[in-house]
Amino acid sequence: MSDIDVIEVAKAAEKGRWARFSESDFYWKFRGSPVAMVSFAVTAVLVLSALFAPLIAPYNPFDPGSLNLMNGFSAPGVPNAFTGETFALGTDDQGRDVFSTILYGMRISLFVGFAAVTFALVLGVTLGLIAGYVGGWTETIIMRVADVQLTFPSILVAMLIFGVAKGFTPVEYRDQMAIWVLIIAIGLSDWVQFARVVRGATLVERNKEYVQAARLIGRTSPAIMLRHILPNVLSPVLVIATISLALAIIAEATLSFLGVGAPPTQPSLGTLIRIGQGFLFSGEWWILFFPAMTLLTLALAVNLLGDWLRDALNPRLK
Amino acid sequence: MLAYIIRRVAQSVLVLLVVGLVAFSMFRFVGDPIDNMLGQERTQADIDRLRIELGLDRPFVVQYFKFLEGAVQGNFGVSYRQGRPVSVIIKERAPATLELAAVSGFLAISIGIALGVFTAIRRDGWVSNVIMSVSLIGVSLPTFLIGILLIYLFSVELDMLPSFGRGEVVDLGWWTTGFLTASGLKALILPSITLGLYQMTLIMRLVRSEMLEVLRQDYIRFARARGLKERAVNFRHALKNTMVPVITVTGLQLGAIIAFAIITETVFQWPGVGLLFINAVQFVDIPVMAAYLMLISVMFVGINLIVDLLYFWVDPRLRADRAGGH
Repeated sequence: MSDIDVIEVAKAAEKGRWARFSESDFYWKFRGSPVAMVSFAVTAVLVLSALFAPLIAPYNPFDPGSLNLMNGFSAPGVPNAFTGETFALGTDDQGRDVFSTILYGMRISLFVGFAAVTFALVLGVTLGLIAGYVGGWTETIIMRVADVQLTFPSILVAMLIFGVAKGFTPVEYRDQMAIWVLIIAIGLSDWVQFARVVRGATLVERNKEYVQAARLIGRTSPAIMLRHILPNVLSPVLVIATISLALAIIAEATLSFLGVGAPPTQPSLGTLIRIGQGFLFSGEWWILFFPAMTLLTLALAVNLLGDWLRDALNPRLK
Repeated sequence: MLAYIIRRVAQSVLVLLVVGLVAFSMFRFVGDPIDNMLGQERTQADIDRLRIELGLDRPFVVQYFKFLEGAVQGNFGVSYRQGRPVSVIIKERAPATLELAAVSGFLAISIGIALGVFTAIRRDGWVSNVIMSVSLIGVSLPTFLIGILLIYLFSVELDMLPSFGRGEVVDLGWWTTGFLTASGLKALILPSITLGLYQMTLIMRLVRSEMLEVLRQDYIRFARARGLKERAVNFRHALKNTMVPVITVTGLQLGAIIAFAIITETVFQWPGVGLLFINAVQFVDIPVMAAYLMLISVMFVGINLIVDLLYFWVDPRLRADRAGGH
């Protein structure tokens, strides 16, 4: 087979998948819900513009060479009094273009959000599977820890973990490590949801015939958990993950706003809002307003998408 | 009944012991306490003396029990950053947080219940629809943005209310209060709205859905048929029967209010325990963090326990279930 044939075959398969998708209930429900379509479009635009920030952003806010302090405090759309340059969304005190900092900030916000949710998902699903399948003492310990953690608001747990992890990192690496510490803190504060749902579903699945059959032919427990049970408990996990993403983005913004998250050298949307709050009284509203609106739009869109996904995929969870 | 209470109390104590272990481990293993307490100019003799003084030479379990003993007596060591006993600092800061939480809780409960009843009775009115939509937006707004929005409106644009601090406070010796001065009361308005808004929408939505449920029931129709006044039906018959879940949720939300006070206190630079905690996290002031963790868990576990027992006491069906099930 030549290379071209391979591509043709792949294309056909792709088309087939798309055709199958466009005929599914899921797609029809999506087309029937304006809220879902708008929030999906908004999310997609925001995620893509964050992903391609270096290409879209007119300036690189982290390159000190491209900054001109004379451009500081330019109002949106008004030519700067000293340099005559115009910035669509204005500049901050150091002459950084607000539009560019938002794009780069959103990149960090989304990265932390996705990474934290992934971390929480892997941890929670693993522990949930083990608790549900193994049972006994293991289950008791895992679920007890989950219960205790659930007693506290997750943002508080994240703050504590952040503080402790910060204590463990050497002072000179604290700023560099902050993003990773943030991911671990938010992830660890959010695994319980996943573990509880997966454990519940696993308890149901493990007594079904296909699991007994797998056990009979001598498959090992890890193989049964991963290859047989996991695919059957995954659909509520995806719903929780979407809703968790919105919560993680807000949690990240809150922590960064409180000054215990992304450092000013790598500002996320929350850090930008924290910086902008300082200029609220001196009249430079745009430094605060645009990052805040971006965060709001992002959180709202992802949230609505998650809500819709929950209703569409799994009416039982309503 | 007694067995249930004992089991529930034992569970709570176990949780507190575990949290204590976490707090103690933070204290013991995050950074070196001696490093943190002694400055650059120190001798080996100083280090050894402090090590014995702090009991760091003794076995882990002994140290843990020492820590618990101290914690029960309210002794959490000395803040690394301020160099003063943590218990003294917290005692200074507690009134600010508790007053803020009390006002927010009061606002959330009173306005929440009132709006919940209103939106349930005028179910399809346009005012109800507006309230419900606004509450949806309110839930999705992060707390700190609400605070900033309020500051922008009432402090920057209208210049009516202060944007930070507690205003003038009156020192009663063991308590400082902002309730007795005009500036203290004015300073309370924005932070308490910010803090209570989320809980208010939550209570409102809960009361509304419970009320709608109850209003459908037969005894409400009979009460109307008997010719009772609308007011009597709505408040004496319907609202009363929605209160059990409302009390439970409200109780649990009280803990959340104290925890979320961290955010509000940072936005408004409110000199309370939450701001103290966030500064401790920023500067890795472990004794303050450990003390805050212990305090807040005692509160959370206590509230949970009380709510559980209340529920058990209020709803006789639960008692029957337990007796039959075990």
